[in-house]
Amino acid sequence: MPEQSQKTSELTVWLIAVRDNRDRAAFAQLFDYFAPRLKGFVMRSGMGSAQAEEIVQDVMLTVWRKASMFDPHRAQASAWIYQIARNRQIDIIRKEHRPIPDELAQDPGSEPDASQILAFDQEAEQLKTAIDQLGPDQKDMIEKAYLGDLTHQEISAQTGLPLGTVKSRIRLGLRRLRKELEGLR
Amino acid sequence: MSAITHHIPDAMMAAYASGNLPHPFAVVVATHVSLCAECRAALGAHQTVGGALLERSDHVSVSAGLKSDLMAMLDDPVVPEPIFERQGIYPGPVVEALKGKPPRWKTLGMGVKQSILSETGGGSVRLLYIPAGQAVPDHSHNGLELTLVLQGSFSDETGRYSAGDVEIGDEDLEHTPIADAGDACICLAATDAPLRFNAFVPRLLQPFFRI
Ligand SMILES: [Zn+2]
Repeated sequence: MPEQSQKTSELTVWLIAVRDNRDRAAFAQLFDYFAPRLKGFVMRSGMGSAQAEEIVQDVMLTVWRKASMFDPHRAQASAWIYQIARNRQIDIIRKEHRPIPDELAQDPGSEPDASQILAFDQEAEQLKTAIDQLGPDQKDMIEKAYLGDLTHQEISAQTGLPLGTVKSRIRLGLRRLRKELEGLR
Repeated sequence: MSAITHHIPDAMMAAYASGNLPHPFAVVVATHVSLCAECRAALGAHQTVGGALLERSDHVSVSAGLKSDLMAMLDDPVVPEPIFERQGIYPGPVVEALKGKPPRWKTLGMGVKQSILSETGGGSVRLLYIPAGQAVPDHSHNGLELTLVLQGSFSDETGRYSAGDVEIGDEDLEHTPIADAGDACICLAATDAPLRFNAFVPRLLQPFFRI
């Protein structure tokens, strides 16, 4: 999908349509894209098909209900959905509510920064390419880390979290976050 | 608030994002992220990696009825989840751990107080109140301990920790943290070692008799 690097990703567009217009067709598109991936992702950590589908349903319902919290300046659609899925799985497996950071209020005066959103999208594309190029062992390690199968001690004993690819996301995101954090105080 | 200089390490943040950080530490990380733009950006980076892996994960097709069932649920009434907002020096995750109530301080002597937020076999998380000039009770001999400053500051052999800073101590860390002059130091402290009360209190008091 080379055209994706030229414009905001479809996923982001759909999620914004759900957020702003409660757009069911866009939501159905998100379901078609994410449901089979979510199911595969959840089953990788050893969950059976039926329970995995319950989580898929739950996660997608949360996407619909909490879409107002989605901010493309902070997260890719897939990153946002990843976190919802992990939170949900922890809530179910450990029967405890995962502690979540304070939400930052979106500064009502600030315009959407299309160039930042685009830069994040491009970086996420590069990250996916980098993941595709990993050797099987390294990919397995990274998957295990982000599926919650490794403790932080085990993760720190490994090297090669692919964070280098998302450095500018950190830098760009920081500028906006600093402002929003000021607003919270 | 002065700039935060002691942050959450990458591996710990990855474990937090993936949900595999023991609950007491997750409370500290969520609290630190509430205060620290840098670590919030770093968490965003980890979520981006998680999202990329999700996009690249194997497709497993879902049952035929799942989508229509879900579409039919979109208008169901929603029971709102409680939202725990920041109260004074306590960010939302601390307020949640306090169940929305003020801390219940129990005195430990020498003006030092603690309020236990949660305690299980998997560890504990609590608030500590240390008057200016006092030594922070040394209780990190078992396992890993995270100490996040919410008010005031303390200093030890490894540096100075002010509001928002996190000190990460393992079994090897030998230190004598002392609350700096000024406001009393209030910290959120989490450990993955079980907290045994009977043994804990006398040992906790021990350092004070040596002051
Ligand atoms: Zn930080």
